Amino acid sequence: MSFFKKLRDAIVQKSEAVTQKFTQGLTKTRDVLVGKVEELIRRYKKIDEDFFEELEEILIGADVGVTTVMELIDELRDEVRKRKIEEAADLQPILSEKLVALLQGGGSERDTSLNIHPGQLNVILFVGVNGVGKTTTIGKMAHMLKQQGNKVLLAAGDTFRAAAIEQLEVWGGRVGVDVIKHQQGADPAAVIYDAVQAAKSRGVDVLLCDTAGRLQNKVNLMEELAKVYRVLQREIPGAPHEVLLVLDATTGQNAMSQAKTFGQSAGVTGIVLTKLDGTAKGGIVIAIRNELNLPVKYVGLGEKMDDLQPFDPEQFVHALFAGVMDDEAKTGE
Amino acid sequence: MAFESLASRLQSAFDKLRGRGKIDEQAVNEAMREVRLALLEADVNFKVVKDFVARVKERAIGQEVLKSLTPGQMVIKVVNEELTELMGGNVAKIAVAAKPPTVVMMVGLQGAGKTTTTGKLAKYLQKQNRKPLLVAGDIYRPAAIKQLQVLGEQVKAPVFTLGDQVSPVEIARQAIEHAKENHLDYVLIDTAGRLHIDEVLMDELKQVRDVAKPDEILLVVDAMTGQDAVNVAESFNQQLELTGVILTKLDGDTRGGAALSVKAVTGQPIKFAGMGEKLDSLEPFHPDRMASRILGMGDVLSLIEKAQEAVDTEKAKEMERQMRQGEFTFDMFLDSMQQMRKLGPLEDILGMMPGMNKMKDLKVDEKQLGRVEAIVKSMTLTERANPDLLNASRRKRIAAGSGTSVQEVNRFIKQFEEMKKMMKQFTGMADKMQKKSKKKGFGLPFMGKSAGNLPLKERGPGFPFNFKPPFK
Repeated sequence: MSFFKKLRDAIVQKSEAVTQKFTQGLTKTRDVLVGKVEELIRRYKKIDEDFFEELEEILIGADVGVTTVMELIDELRDEVRKRKIEEAADLQPILSEKLVALLQGGGSERDTSLNIHPGQLNVILFVGVNGVGKTTTIGKMAHMLKQQGNKVLLAAGDTFRAAAIEQLEVWGGRVGVDVIKHQQGADPAAVIYDAVQAAKSRGVDVLLCDTAGRLQNKVNLMEELAKVYRVLQREIPGAPHEVLLVLDATTGQNAMSQAKTFGQSAGVTGIVLTKLDGTAKGGIVIAIRNELNLPVKYVGLGEKMDDLQPFDPEQFVHALFAGVMDDEAKTGE
Repeated sequence: MAFESLASRLQSAFDKLRGRGKIDEQAVNEAMREVRLALLEADVNFKVVKDFVARVKERAIGQEVLKSLTPGQMVIKVVNEELTELMGGNVAKIAVAAKPPTVVMMVGLQGAGKTTTTGKLAKYLQKQNRKPLLVAGDIYRPAAIKQLQVLGEQVKAPVFTLGDQVSPVEIARQAIEHAKENHLDYVLIDTAGRLHIDEVLMDELKQVRDVAKPDEILLVVDAMTGQDAVNVAESFNQQLELTGVILTKLDGDTRGGAALSVKAVTGQPIKFAGMGEKLDSLEPFHPDRMASRILGMGDVLSLIEKAQEAVDTEKAKEMERQMRQGEFTFDMFLDSMQQMRKLGPLEDILGMMPGMNKMKDLKVDEKQLGRVEAIVKSMTLTERANPDLLNASRRKRIAAGSGTSVQEVNRFIKQFEEMKKMMKQFTGMADKMQKKSKKKGFGLPFMGKSAGNLPLKERGPGFPFNFKPPFK
């Protein structure tokens, strides 16, 4: 059975609605990445240096990341030499397969679900640079967790940015969960401490902690984050159960630096990729999976409350290669 | 994923070819590949890179590079020049309407930093004795209006809002009326973040524009944006006819290639750059310095400028004279430390130095500097001038006086002695370097190409690099 057929069968098992969300949200990425590769292959027929160079550009243009692209291209060159491939069309399945392998990143068995367990207080800490959508993601996740029957509490740990607390409160109101807050300028660790106490006494299932956006090269601000982390660690054994780095999918190569630095100082356990709909370049997902040992757990695929979706590599690949798969399925039959 | 600077990449490319005797077209091609990779790694859009590389190559294959004794550096020079030109030469200013108020519209994607930048721009205008009005035109994001109100309070500028139930078009219209009545000369309209492919919201922006007739439409772009920056800028420009760009979050460690992409597709100047969390951290954008940054050569000019603002030249000259004679006292140390701290947080300063961006682990503990200051200040004047006096009982007294321990005092004195030794070597070395660089035309190797061109000397020797702070 061909690779794509297997994948397609796997997708069929999944809910139609989710598949559609992925397919719609990733339209742009698909156009940029897959569409261009196909066009390139049609145009070139024979494989030569220019072909590789253009392929390189397409991949980089989707923010796949220079390092990953170089590795990929080198591997392809090897394959071409080994298998004596001359026709560009023959290279396509190999390329698709390689991309999929990169996406699954040897971590296909890795769980993308959240590390939360019923019957205990679970703490999720959200970190990231400015303007990636931390507060919005918390709002959406609170909605999702509440739908699943959890008792949720929000902690307004962004005490720096003007009106960040109010923004979280609006989300709290929409979703119908309480928000623990201090005033602007307060010590975020103190807010988190209070929120933990409140969560304990109210018998909350999941506590979602917002933090101020900070650029990863600001040592002092990263220290502040470390303090928040320590407070959580001290107050609840095993906490924080998840530290989610929120990444803006429009970010370029700097996403790597963010993931690395936050990974070191805040013990990131997973990534939420926001703004993946519309303009976004899903390529960064490939780079992250290839170059870093961090799973992408959730993706933001739209502006609505229920547009936060668990990341599913299979869905992602399916959405990207939908066209390719149909072609292959046809020729296979 | 080490970001090698382009300078060092080129150097190694040419080192490999050194044995061949002659530098030919193939060598240039090799170098161009490095240029291309460096730009791509800096997030410059690949189409922009392609055009750029073609242009540089044309010049590089010309005589000036091949005949040069140091082709590697020549290539960097050409790249830097072309890059600066592409970035658009001069510092651009914000528009002033013939008849006030000047209307400025802020547009961009979600999370680019429009609202914060609006606040910063108000502060910037106030410093120039302008009276800005902030207009809360983001009626969609929760608490965006409140955010602008808080910012307005912080910079003490009036904020115009009609709540989140009135259309942005109407808000803009009334705001301008309001500004006219109250004799405010700048109207800064904040708008909601939107995707450039969202037709409904883009239409709304066009309507706001038609009503407000802005003198400036500024696209706010996150400096960390990847390849998509081109599409964003292109479509905002097509639909709204931008007049300029503001680059935000440039204080991060991104190389900011987006700047180049945005400039290349819109043709509009980048007018400001957001350089920090504080409200006075909006700075005029210097294209030439951005060129150096994209190439990974550090922002030496900004550093020098900062130093000039903060440093007392007379004092520095005197200090340099003393140092050349091998003198170095605690007083001098204290002086230079205080001057250095006037420049701002040490990390920011180090970030601007070429080569320093690699030293990620370098952590500067500002508190530690405070303790050092206390130690020096607990010494008597005689002790400060004459470190040899410091025997055990004096050290004990100093520790008590500064609230530190004898161990800390000892450690500091040891560091100080080492610094003194180093200083001697350094001043000696600097003299030699100067002579050498005159001959070769290029300066300190770690400064890349720019050092040779920098008028370091004319700008005065008052650069307080002549000490090493006690890093932990």
